[in-house]
Order: sequence, then structure tokens, then C-alpha cells
Amino acid sequence: MDSLVADLTVALRDFDLVAQIECAGETTAIVGPSGAGKSTLLRAVAGLVRPAAGRIALGDQIWFDSTRGIDIAAERRRVGYVFQHYALFPHLSVERNVAFGGRRRVAEMLERVGIAHLAPARPGELSGGERQRVAIARALASEPRVLLLDEPLAALDTRTRASVRGELRTLLASLGLPALIVSHDFEDAATLARRVGVLARGRVLQIGEPSALVARPANATVAELLGANVLVGEARAGSDGLTVITLSDGSVLRAADPGSGRVGAAVLPWDITIARSAAADSALNRISAAIESIVELGNRARVRVGPLTAEITIASLRELGLREDERVHATFKATATRVLPL
Amino acid sequence: MTRVFPVVLWLSLSLALSFLVLPLVALFVRITPADLLAALGSPEARAALRVSLVTSLTAHLFVLAIGTPAAYLLATRPFRGRALAIAFVELPLILPPAVAGIGLLAAFGRQGLLGEELAAFGVSLPFTQAAVVMAVVFVASPFYLRQAVAAFEAVDRELIDAARTLGASPAGTFARVALPLASGGLLAGSALAWARGLGEFGATIMFAGSLGGVTETLPLAIYSELDRNFDAAIAIGALLVCASAAVLLTAKLLPRWIRSSPTSPLHSATSI
Repeated sequence: MDSLVADLTVALRDFDLVAQIECAGETTAIVGPSGAGKSTLLRAVAGLVRPAAGRIALGDQIWFDSTRGIDIAAERRRVGYVFQHYALFPHLSVERNVAFGGRRRVAEMLERVGIAHLAPARPGELSGGERQRVAIARALASEPRVLLLDEPLAALDTRTRASVRGELRTLLASLGLPALIVSHDFEDAATLARRVGVLARGRVLQIGEPSALVARPANATVAELLGANVLVGEARAGSDGLTVITLSDGSVLRAADPGSGRVGAAVLPWDITIARSAAADSALNRISAAIESIVELGNRARVRVGPLTAEITIASLRELGLREDERVHATFKATATRVLPL
Repeated sequence: MTRVFPVVLWLSLSLALSFLVLPLVALFVRITPADLLAALGSPEARAALRVSLVTSLTAHLFVLAIGTPAAYLLATRPFRGRALAIAFVELPLILPPAVAGIGLLAAFGRQGLLGEELAAFGVSLPFTQAAVVMAVVFVASPFYLRQAVAAFEAVDRELIDAARTLGASPAGTFARVALPLASGGLLAGSALAWARGLGEFGATIMFAGSLGGVTETLPLAIYSELDRNFDAAIAIGALLVCASAAVLLTAKLLPRWIRSSPTSPLHSATSI
């Protein structure tokens, strides 16, 4: 399988997108907040946006090279592009949408994504999940050499999303195509891709396996995008060999990581314990505050306590009988506290 | 006061409607339908009808063939001077037709800018059927171009991009995506432009004259029949009213008939 290599600079309104991405026969996801330049990256790879400089190649086929003046037209690059809002042709039936890029594999692709029965329907008659299947079938029927997916799950409601995520993962694994996905959601990206890159303000801050990113985020921005709580404070070495971080409200955290100066102290929601009473345990960090909000998500609940979001199971939520406005203690270990440059 | 204001509004509308409708009604009450048909059967009227159909349809072919790709360019490519180009395209809308006529003479007439060049090829345009076609194109094309630019602008850019990634060339994308999605607006603009061309008078009489059977179109025939046979003039007028009404109705209904579902997937996604 060919690998996709992109090394490019694209001028955006407020900043430049400068990215080096290599996607070697596996699914790579790029995560970042909206406006980070994610879609621009995909559009540049597809040939819909012309980079100011750089090089894009698939295997030994060069698609773009600013120094050699090469810029292959979008229609000759053979990319399968699944747009965020699917971009289905409203005047064509599902079947003719899928046949737009190539008639040879239409029936096979409709079958493969499970929408053969929708072939005569117009896109306007379909649900969001069905539209996405059409968009994927259409991209695959054109026999692409690389697959680009722009926020493949963002336009779906929460229930459809979980099941589509699983299906998409299986589908991507079975295709044997390099695939580049962009998403604003780290969990989506981590489910779909083996390698995840973090993009913010046009720069790739870190790229690696999802578990490696969570364990060792390169900086506070990355940690925040992965869903960690980031508290900003002043760090110095403590007498006990730990790092002491003084937050702006005067409260103090301790962390096992070294660090000094202005830093971000990052802790993951599932590393935080919530208790009614200030029990004596091995966790060194405690923040006591009233519960601001409780949001239930499936079998888990996100509990907002002061500056922290903790994730606990619904089971423990029920057992403790936690309610909003109730004063609780959120604790986490110094070893679960990452000290990160801002 | 609260009672007076609605009365003023309704009174204004009634006045406006009566004034606008009365002349049209007058055309139809003066002569019976039988006389109307008889008047249209006269050789003069039939010649004018033939000239009008031939010239307006020929002009319309030029407007569609050149206007459609030009409008697509204006709608989809941001280029330097685009705003100026659009201003020039729209200028004939507000230009007095007499100015259009004298301008065409000054450009293509025997003494005109290109007169010598044309004469060298043995071409003399003024007072020919070609001159009628040119006058009609000049005054009618902006009606089509404006509507066509708006129709192409309304096509979601992402659909154009999607077509490209699926292997369609720019020309293929135009033919398979942009054209069908804009067709409602294009047909409406086409109907309006044709109606405007059919009624063209000022530029035609100056540049092409009024030669019976050659350059005398229906509106010119109304003018020349005025002294000779008032009823014939009325009959031709009534015919043009019917044609205009049909066109207006078409232009209003076409975009609804061609029920192109919203081209923006964002809009359609909210409807589930």
C-alpha cells in the first residue's frame, strides 16, 4: 500500500497552516479545535486548495510540489473525500450519487455500507446516518487511492454516533487504504485511528498513538484537547521531592513530574475521585467545592466541581447520591498530575 | 389615526392596480375575439409575427449560449475586475433603449467604429435582420445574465468540490452538477430575457429601422399600424400581452416546478 506524505504551508486568514503528515497505509487522525486548519489540510491534500509551498505525494506519484511547479488537478488525484455535511448531489438518486465517480462498483459499495434498499431514494429523504453511508459509498466507488474524512461523526446525533463509530472503524480496517481523518473529538479520533496528531492554530503539536498522547501530552494545549483538566499555576521544587504548583486562587497542588515557572497541571477526568467527606487517603491533591453540574453519558457521569471535571460511573453517582450544589471533595494523586509547558 | 392608515394603504394599492390594469383591459374590450383573430390574420401582422419570432429566438440562442458560461464564471471565480464586469453587464438594464440604438449604430454602422472593417468583408449590418437580433441581444441579455449569476451562486460550493474529487473535470462538474442545480433560476431568467427581447422597440427602430417583413417586429408593427388600422394595432398589442403574461407566469412558477431540493446539505439536514 502507498503512503501519503504531505509537507505543506497554506496561508489562512489569521495564521499559516504548516503541517507535515505521513499516513502510511493506516488510519491517521488529526484532532484540533474548530478553526485550527483541519479541513484546509484535507482540502490541500485533495487539491481543492493550493498550498503556498510544500510537497504532497502518494507513493511515487507527486501530486503537488511547489519547487518543481507540479500541481495535479483534484479530479486526477483519486482521493475519496467524505465531506462533513456529506455534499450529496440533491438532484440525483442515491444510486446515481454513488455512480457519479465510477459505475463499476456501485452495487458492491451500496451493499457494503448496507444501503442497497435506498438506491432509488433522493438524498433529501434520508436520515443523517443514511446520508453518511451514501457519502462513504460514493467516495469508495470512485476507487480512490487514499480516503479523506472530514469530521465523519460530528453531524450525527449521539445515539447514531456510537454505532457508526464502531462500523466505520471496522470498515476502515478492511479497506487497506491510507485514510486521513480530521475531528474535533479526541475520543472519536482515538477509536478510529492508530495514530493521532494534535493540530492547533495551524501547527501539529504532537503525533503518536492515542495512549501515548494521553500518557505524555507534549503541552497544556494538547492535554486540554485530549479532555484533561488543565489548571495554570506557578511551579517550584518542593522539599519532599515533588513539584509544588500554586494556583492563582492560592490553593496548592503537588505533582510527581518535575517543573518550574508558569505551567499547566493536567489531570484526566477519570483520575479524579469524588467524596462526601475529606477522608484520609493517599491522594495528595484535593479541591473542595460545590457541584456545578452533573451530566450523564451512557454508563458514566461528568461531574463539574470547581475548576475540575471528574468522570465517575453512574453506579457510584447513585451510590453516593450526589446532587448539584452539594459541597464535595475532588481528589487526585500527585502521580496522576502531569506538569506541562503552556 | 389607527383607522386611517390601513385605508390609505388599501386605497394606494387599489389606485396603482387600476392604473396598471386598465390599459390592458382596454385592449381586450375594444374588439371581439373574432375580430382580433381576423386582424392577426392580416399579411402585415403575420409578417411582423414571423420577424419577431425569428429574431427574438435567434437572439435568445446567442444569449443562452454565451450568457450561461459567462454567468458561471462571474458566479464562481473571484477575479480582478469582477465587480466592474458585473456593472457593465447590468448597465443595459437602465440604459435608455434609444441610447442602445445609437450606440450600436456608432459601433457597427457604416460610419461606425467597426464600419470599415465590416465593409471590407462586404458586411453591412444596419437595417438588416441581423441588426434586429443585435439590438435584442443588447437589451435582453442582462435580464438573463443577472438571474443566471444568482442561480449559479446559490449552488453549494461543496457540491462542486465533491464532483471534482469524484473525478469530474471542471467542464464535467459544470454540466453534471452546476447546470442541473441552477436550472430553475436559469429558465426563469431565460423567460424574462425572451419577453424583454420580444417587446424591444427603441434600439431596434434606430439600428434596424422598420422594414415590413424584414425588420418590422410586432412592437414596431403596432406603431406603424396606429395610423392605418387602429384595430390591427390593438390586436397585436393584445397578442403581446398574452405572450408577456405567459412568460411572467412561467418565470414565477418554474423555480417551484423544478423542485430542486435545497442545494445546501446543511439546510436539508435540519429537515429530518
